Amino acid sequence: MRQVEVAIVGGGPAGLCAAISAASSGAHVLLMDRNKYLGGQLIKQTHMFFGSEKQYASTRGIDISEILLKQLDEYKDNIEILKDTTVLGLYEDGVISGISGDEYFKLKPDVTVVSTGASEKVLAFPGNDMPGIYGAGAAQTLMNVYGVKPGQKVLMVGAGNIGLIVSYQLMQAGVIVSGIIDAAPRIGGYLVHASKIRRMGVPILTGHTVKEAIGKDCLEKAVIWEVDEKYEGIEGTEKTFDVDVLCISVGLSPLVELLEQSGCEIKYIPELSGKVPVVDENHMTTKPFIYAAGDVSGVEEASSAMVEGYLAGLCAAKTAGFKHPQFDYLKEDYHKQIEALRAGPQGERIRRGIAKMKGGLR
Amino acid sequence: MKEMFEKTGVQSPEIVRSVFPPIERINRGPVAVIECYQRIPCNPCATACKAGAIKPFEDINDRPDIDFERCTGCGLCVSKCPGLSIMLVDGSRSEENVVFSIPYEFLPLPQENDYVDALDRAGESIGKAKILKVINRSYQDRTPIIQVEISREKMYLFRNIKIGGNLNG
Repeated sequence: MRQVEVAIVGGGPAGLCAAISAASSGAHVLLMDRNKYLGGQLIKQTHMFFGSEKQYASTRGIDISEILLKQLDEYKDNIEILKDTTVLGLYEDGVISGISGDEYFKLKPDVTVVSTGASEKVLAFPGNDMPGIYGAGAAQTLMNVYGVKPGQKVLMVGAGNIGLIVSYQLMQAGVIVSGIIDAAPRIGGYLVHASKIRRMGVPILTGHTVKEAIGKDCLEKAVIWEVDEKYEGIEGTEKTFDVDVLCISVGLSPLVELLEQSGCEIKYIPELSGKVPVVDENHMTTKPFIYAAGDVSGVEEASSAMVEGYLAGLCAAKTAGFKHPQFDYLKEDYHKQIEALRAGPQGERIRRGIAKMKGGLR
Repeated sequence: MKEMFEKTGVQSPEIVRSVFPPIERINRGPVAVIECYQRIPCNPCATACKAGAIKPFEDINDRPDIDFERCTGCGLCVSKCPGLSIMLVDGSRSEENVVFSIPYEFLPLPQENDYVDALDRAGESIGKAKILKVINRSYQDRTPIIQVEISREKMYLFRNIKIGGNLNG
């Protein structure tokens, strides 16, 4: 079976940064991604990022992926990239099985970094399987990666950052956004994103959810209603939107299947968006040869995913026997960056989730 | 007041006025108006400011703190702000009108001397505005800045423009 020093599963912002970091430490890295391209969700993020210069603030996501790919290229002697490659199994002894193109393979890495990201959550309502109903991220992929409009008129469900940003980008693509609704009493995303779309004339209705989707062969109308404190619909408050697209943006779930299979300790932490691996401050799981970074270890912004990736890659390389000459300095810097990104009121939920994950609360 | 903003995404006039420069400063020439009301991890405005008007952040979650006297109205921060929350206001050109410089990321771009609909913070039309200039240099990284002239009495209402059919309705 093939031996590998550091294997990285998932080439999004966390995985790319982990690969750069591990390779710059001197380890030989194998980076695998199931897509035909690297960059994960960055490649459709046409908006400027928040954060500080270190996390490429004010640069568009699409350009950040280019920057990271260039950095990756500087270490090309140390990095092997396998695109169109799906990891199928991560076993208790660390063995990885997968399929690359049409070929099945097995490998035995010294250390593995799992950076598989997260998937969009669904919302239950009558008719939610009708054509025209998309995850907001899927609609974003259609228009920003493939240049295809998802439809003519959209109702966005969810006023978090993804819902707000995708609404804005739909309008940039020439799609009408009839409104943004959210069951929560307040807008969950950054208010600057909300204002940006609000001043284009798009109403934001908090305290509303979808009652049902109506259509013969595909979506024709969406009926929404107000919710009470228990998030239950209130009869008589229904409003109907004539839309051919409903975008669902109600959060993400970490893709922890491989970590679960490997026998890492997993906990259900709602603040981190679902089932997550228990990790230490360097993103090592309860198995010393498996690290987890990015949304798979708790859903946050891409800026923190990148820093987590740099940190996990640095420490994974050290575990594999390759200590970066500036290891201590870099590790401390990454810790400081992550802490700063989470220090504000928007990071409160994440801080609570991490405390729960570390404190043994279930 | 803040609560309504968090429910609807529309700032009340009181909140807007609280971040506007004093009228004497506006009348002396272009100056930045920063509508960043929430502590979020973001600092490019402060790192972009070459005039030392936006104070360096101690904590990346700080809200921008701008010294209007030091602001030169250069506009570097306008296209750098990922939230598009910064614009310039200039009251030095005439008694009747003020000139805004707003970030605008939609196509088609307006043409100089066009008259377009002026919109408030809820996207409602508040009358007409004249396009003076469209600035779209490489350092702005695809966030063009539109210079718009509008009646002085709409100063605290104006926030956006609408051109032809590129917006809702």
